[in-house]
Amino acid sequence: MKRYSAFALVREALNDHKGWSRAWADAQPKDRYDVIFVGAGGHGLATAYYLGKRFGITNVAILEKGWLGGGNTGRNTTIIRSNYLQDPSAAIYEKARDLYEGLSQDLNYNVMFSPRGVLMLAQTHHEVRGYQRTAHANRLQGVETEFVGPERVKEIVPIIRLDGPRYPVLGGLWQARGGTARHDAVAWGYARACSAMGMDIIQNCEVTGVRSEAGKVTGVDTTRGAIGCGKLGMVVAGHAGVLAQMAGFRLPVESVALQALVSEPIKPCMDVVVMANTVHGYMSQSDKGEMVIGGGADGFNNYTQRGSFQHIEETVRALIETFPMVSRLKMLRQWGGIVDMTGDRSPILSKTPLEGCFVNCGWGTGGFKAIPGSGWGFAELMAKGQAPLCDAFSLDRFREGRFIDESVAAGVAH
Amino acid sequence: MLVFRCPYCGVDAEETELSPGGEAHLTRFGPGSSDAEFSGYLFDRENPKGVHFERWRHSYGCGKWFHAARCTATLEVFGTYPAQTTEPPKDILDTLAKKRPGWTWRELGAK
Ligand SMILES: Cc1cc2nc3c(=O)[nH]c(=O)nc-3n(C[C@H](O)[C@H](O)[C@H](O)COP(=O)(O)OP(=O)(O)OC[C@H]3O[C@@H](n4cnc5c(N)ncnc54)[C@H](O)[C@@H]3O)c2cc1C
Ligand SMILES: [Zn+2]
Repeated sequence: MKRYSAFALVREALNDHKGWSRAWADAQPKDRYDVIFVGAGGHGLATAYYLGKRFGITNVAILEKGWLGGGNTGRNTTIIRSNYLQDPSAAIYEKARDLYEGLSQDLNYNVMFSPRGVLMLAQTHHEVRGYQRTAHANRLQGVETEFVGPERVKEIVPIIRLDGPRYPVLGGLWQARGGTARHDAVAWGYARACSAMGMDIIQNCEVTGVRSEAGKVTGVDTTRGAIGCGKLGMVVAGHAGVLAQMAGFRLPVESVALQALVSEPIKPCMDVVVMANTVHGYMSQSDKGEMVIGGGADGFNNYTQRGSFQHIEETVRALIETFPMVSRLKMLRQWGGIVDMTGDRSPILSKTPLEGCFVNCGWGTGGFKAIPGSGWGFAELMAKGQAPLCDAFSLDRFREGRFIDESVAAGVAH
Repeated sequence: MLVFRCPYCGVDAEETELSPGGEAHLTRFGPGSSDAEFSGYLFDRENPKGVHFERWRHSYGCGKWFHAARCTATLEVFGTYPAQTTEPPKDILDTLAKKRPGWTWRELGAK
């Protein structure tokens, strides 16, 4: 693998760009690996990367039924923030945000992390109190956030309308170091680094069964044959339940559709991310000028990866009162992803009833921001059987009643 | 968009007229049950990619709860039936046998 640098750009510019090598090798499956990951989304790839980098385990394959990053990682609205309420959440999301800051250098791949700031609007008195509480909790957790009043909101977002008739803006929770990143680049950057360590990324390879002997995982069946493994990491987001069924256990997860849309490109008008949780909508502006818009998730199980008109209408309607200019925009395209929702709206990073088989899922509507932190912790869990970042997110928390209730702090799909 | 026929008032109601209520035919475990049974009842879900049975409420119509059989992979609706039962009626099972031979779900019926 050749390193990317300003020097390499100049060299290739003089060479008609003929000297670039492929970013990652298109591998063929071997008979056996020490570790197999199912799912080449951000979380699977990041885990593989830190498994190699931190623990020297590189006899690893990442199996993907479609194409690399084609799941939720390539379908999300890329909001990165760590202003959660509960301590275990703050720890893993802040670790992730912190790693995002240096990720382009670490991977030698530009993930376009843009710490432009994330503002969560308070539009009811209940929300004001809720976000003030979160700001206090964040201060104790060492996460830099601040509750700001309406005047400051207007300074940060000049296009906002503060005095809407139904939901006036009463303030907001401001995380200046939150922002966005290029979703595809995160998947591609990790993939390139994994491939450089000798790991096999195998696309168009669907896992169709999980093999085990005496309660211990031994391998997987795939559309490209059986492959043996010592340990198995299931990192398939919306398909977590389907994989769990293959492995013979059940998960407290339901899969539903979440959708997003983008407008026609317009001139720069908003240089932060704004989330309006009471009305269920959020918005940011991409580098291309499109307004990237998201809303709430469907309430019923769905695997179809498409959206529905009434949800687009609901989302846009929600934003128009606070951002009147949205009413004049044409919307360009819309898509959906299948997100994995747990009962307490927090993820699962855990051992499973099948020995050697680990599961990383339940990120639901908000796991893009967590990719580096989740990979960091989950790699440690798989290598050592225990990890401080993951322990609170184990599967037994449901049986034991140790919920990490973030449904209040998250409020909206993001 | 999903369209269900409400088994009570006979109206063909679309998604926005209804509220989803999650997995149907859950056996309610309470005091005296094991930890595994209780947490299974509260949290574990079937979440199939394919045939599924659900509870829906005709919120902006007659207001009643009913059951629906549906495919989560295609959004095809196989039929609806009243809520006062622990398993789907025969006509729904016949439709499923024809349209989705070999379909599976967790064990049905009262326990
Ligand atoms: C519309 C939308 C907006 C979102 N917005 C945000 C946001 O702003 N901020 C944020 O933090 N998060 C957001 N999210 C959530 C975020 O996208 C996800 O939590 C995150 O991308 C999950 O990553 P993953 O690697 O776990 O899953 P994925 O990226 O979905 O990867 C899982 C992979 O597993 C593969 N797979 C499944 N079954 C099999 C099999 N049997 N064999 C082989 N491979 C298989 C899939 O093809 C897929 O590529 C959003 C999600 C959606 C849908
Ligand atoms: Zn009715």
